[in-house]
Amino acid sequence: MNTLYLYTIVGVGLFTLGLYALLIHSDLLRKILAINIMGSGVFLILVALAARTQGAVPDPVPHAMVITGIVVAVSATALALALVIRVRTKVGHANLPEQSLE
Amino acid sequence: MLSFLLPQRVKLLGLLIAAGVVAAVAALGWQVAELGAQRYAIGGWGAPLGIDLYADGLSLLMLMVNAVVCLGVSVYSTGYFNRAYFRRSRAIYFWPLWMFLWAALNALFLSSDIFNLYVTLELLGLSAVALVALAGGADALTSAMRYLLINLLGSLFYLLGVALLYHRFGSLDITILSQHIEPSPAVWVAMGLMTSGLLLKTALFPMHFWLPAAHASAPAPVSALLSALVVKASFYIFLRLWLEIFPVDSSVFGELLGVLGAIAIFWGGVQALRQTRLKMLIAYSTVAQLGYLFLAFPMASYFAWKGALFILLSHALAKTAMFMAAGNILHFGGHDRIQDFDHVVQYQPLTSAAFALAGISIMGLPPSGGFIGKWLLLEAAINSGQWWLVIIIIMGGLLAAAYIFKVIGYAFTQSRKSHQTRRVPIRMEWTALILAIAAILLGLIAPWPLAIMDIGLPFSGEAAG
Repeated sequence: MNTLYLYTIVGVGLFTLGLYALLIHSDLLRKILAINIMGSGVFLILVALAARTQGAVPDPVPHAMVITGIVVAVSATALALALVIRVRTKVGHANLPEQSLE
Repeated sequence: MLSFLLPQRVKLLGLLIAAGVVAAVAALGWQVAELGAQRYAIGGWGAPLGIDLYADGLSLLMLMVNAVVCLGVSVYSTGYFNRAYFRRSRAIYFWPLWMFLWAALNALFLSSDIFNLYVTLELLGLSAVALVALAGGADALTSAMRYLLINLLGSLFYLLGVALLYHRFGSLDITILSQHIEPSPAVWVAMGLMTSGLLLKTALFPMHFWLPAAHASAPAPVSALLSALVVKASFYIFLRLWLEIFPVDSSVFGELLGVLGAIAIFWGGVQALRQTRLKMLIAYSTVAQLGYLFLAFPMASYFAWKGALFILLSHALAKTAMFMAAGNILHFGGHDRIQDFDHVVQYQPLTSAAFALAGISIMGLPPSGGFIGKWLLLEAAINSGQWWLVIIIIMGGLLAAAYIFKVIGYAFTQSRKSHQTRRVPIRMEWTALILAIAAILLGLIAPWPLAIMDIGLPFSGEAAG
């Protein structure tokens, strides 16, 4: 039970850390990394929660979900990186412009 | 897939597929209307493990409006992507991405479990981002980037909620979940996470900041799609979850959503009035119209849900027509600055008529679809004695009238500047007009979609409201 909660708490920690980094950094590469860390946090939570009862065989469905999730995350990251390159060649720097919240 | 292989035939292929999907949706519609809600287990695995498709009145309506809008956009795009200044390589990318987006939308409306919804949501997000980036300018690329980050963030929140729900109840199927759900801290947390993720994607008021830039900088058919369907997709998931899974007596959340929706109506309306460019104006108008959808939550009655859905349908049609009209004007004059419109009405009578008709639906004047939706919402508000909602709905209509008449006014007058003009393919004008007419017709055939909503309706039990 302890390891289960440890993993879950680490997962939540990663999620929060990623969210924080996503919000404060303006550099696009850092933002993409932050999103990936958030994703890893969610996957860790999913895997940790799959072991419902101590000692029993873990539930396979969350594992399938994590695999699907990883595929999605990889393709999303690829698209994001490709976009960063395009933004850099067009704009000259890889930052999002400051946006007034109108 | 095929459209990657046959770049020469891509337009023809796109249109053929479009026609095929429309036929399939029509067949499904007949089936649902005759036999009630349908469930189909892919590969015969069945609910707990396999992937189920589920179609009831709600998904059928979404599929239908989807089919109509997408067919329109397909026809429009054959004209739009012919233009000289659109590099041919880009135009080739449009079709596969567009088919991908459409497939994701259809899958989303048919999914019956919450993890599948996550996957389709991601597919939708990724293809939508790629389509925004097609425009290719610096504006388009940065707003595509922001859109992508927002999308991923929203999806991760949603996925975390899914993880919690699965841990608590051991199932992903919406029907099974709805039987087992009970108020508990885990459910509240999951609900909070999923709600905030989906609201981010639906662009409800404080989280709307990404929408106008992304919608305004995309190519015209893409903006039409984003405004008409993509934001509605996350709203659809939200509605499903809210109605079927989460405990209904969450009135504080409902009030909060209603207040946010109300602020969105005002804020979007005022911002739309302030814009100087047509596509930005239409994008802010989308923010305002999305606000209406959330007004149904504090009332949570039968009429309110129907009203919100009706606004959703008519907005999808009308907003597509509006963005197409904007695309035509942009193409014709080479700019979309509202003040410099030069006798648009004389040069493009069909486009102007499309814009005006769509505007009627957005404002909610009879006999349009928007009117029926607002009427149902008003009725629900009066029935439940929530007068502040009545005032907001009426004020929102006035604001919409103000910004639409602003555009139409300039369309009649002569501009001081003269500019070069280009001919717009006639089918681009006609599709805009036909969709606008469809938005109006939706009001005249109102009983029919309302009856479809009743098939396998998640909220039919509350008919007394």
